[in-house]
Amino acid sequence: MKKRDVLRTKFVSELIFLGGVILLWQMLYVIGVDVLSIWKPYAMPSPTGVVKSLCLLLADASLVKAVGYSVLRGVSGYMISVVLGCFLGFLMNHFDYLHRNLRPLVMGVQTLPSVCWVPFSILWFGLTQQAIIFVVVMGSAFSMAIAADNAIHNVPKIYKKAALTMGANSRQIYREVILPASLPELVSGLKQGWSFAWRALMSGEVMTTCIGLGQTLIEGRNLADINQVMLVMIVIVLIGILIDQIVFRKLERYIYQKRGL
Amino acid sequence: MSLVLKNVSKVFEDSKEDVLNEINLEIEKGEFVCVVGRSGCGKSTLLNLIAGLEKPTEGEILLNSCPVTGPGSDRIVMFQEHALFPWLNVIQNVEFGMKIAGIPQKEREERALSNLRMVGLEEYKDYAIHQLSGGMRQRVALARALTLDSEILLMDEPFSALDKQTSNRLREELQEIWVKTKRTVLFITHSVEEAVYLADRVVVMSPAGITDIVSVELERPRYVYDERFVEYRHKILEKVEEKVYR
Repeated sequence: MKKRDVLRTKFVSELIFLGGVILLWQMLYVIGVDVLSIWKPYAMPSPTGVVKSLCLLLADASLVKAVGYSVLRGVSGYMISVVLGCFLGFLMNHFDYLHRNLRPLVMGVQTLPSVCWVPFSILWFGLTQQAIIFVVVMGSAFSMAIAADNAIHNVPKIYKKAALTMGANSRQIYREVILPASLPELVSGLKQGWSFAWRALMSGEVMTTCIGLGQTLIEGRNLADINQVMLVMIVIVLIGILIDQIVFRKLERYIYQKRGL
Repeated sequence: MSLVLKNVSKVFEDSKEDVLNEINLEIEKGEFVCVVGRSGCGKSTLLNLIAGLEKPTEGEILLNSCPVTGPGSDRIVMFQEHALFPWLNVIQNVEFGMKIAGIPQKEREERALSNLRMVGLEEYKDYAIHQLSGGMRQRVALARALTLDSEILLMDEPFSALDKQTSNRLREELQEIWVKTKRTVLFITHSVEEAVYLADRVVVMSPAGITDIVSVELERPRYVYDERFVEYRHKILEKVEEKVYR
């Protein structure tokens, strides 16, 4: 009961703070645009303008559609990259040769900003869904491979030894020891992979022509509607936070609680 | 003859010196053997070789006349750190080896429970590992080691990371359990007192190899303040230290 109260006051104070920020923003707009005319109205978004934009985009269902397509694309690209990344990470860990030679390469490629994959991807797939998904996969799979490699590597050796002396073969060791033991670290890797995937998705969508949040953003630019641009940016942030909180925070809490971490 | 070591030597690649030099040792079925020696004399390496976690450079190790080639459940190890799996609860940890061996769920549970009862932790079966004290964790590790009915139990200073009081309690319990089950045990320790308390024979090791083997002919249960116990303790302690100062 007490913990709940603490959480509630925290939430309320957060809400008040956000309200203050929005109020300040609106005041800045009124003073800067309407009173002093420092900024042109099309160059400065305002809270009221964003809300108006929101109503417009909700009315013709285009925002919902854009969110749906983007999330779907993001999730499918992310799934592919989880599978590929974990597999690559496993290979890099299992084979010493790959650990020594492939890992530095993967780490190098991982530093490449995901937007750099866009031209390559368009040449391969054209302006299609696949092109965007390819960018998502390239943008997150390598970081996940490194994370998986590290997670497996950091499993205390004594667990493996204990399982060996209890008669486990190498398949059983992977399934019964390495997988559960590396899970906490693996999940933080997956979480980081998601944030990479979400960013890569936006670079992909902005550069191509499929329906999605990226295109809604570009449409706002083309119409010189800064409120729409701002609105889409806010939506992108909110979805990122939402998925982080709902999926990953819960998963982490479940895994950590069980182990008393 | 249960376990036989014939001229076993071990050299690590990165050092020129032998860690173990021509070790010969025989351990009978149902015997409790302790290995004492100061740190760095190779007693843990000896245990790792028998466990199959490392391979001898020369010589051979036979268990019931079969050469040891790798780790296996016939030579279960109990480590200094408990090595329990934090993602499993107490009873799941005890069941782990049986699960690996493909023993059906029902039998697994029964055997795990009876072993937990033996170490006095039956009520804690559903606890998470992080909720247990150090002594309780080692008890669970002991229960886990006992469930597999291995030919020989290898114990690598299992109580040395615990406080004195707890480690004394645990060795009492181990003695009781041993008297009941008569398992073959090889127990590594740096405490001579612990060795005299537990062992049928105490193997004294130094960097040169096995320097002496002392049979402890005392009735069980043993008492630390017993006159003959103290005699044995002094005798072995001298043998351990003799090599240190030479």
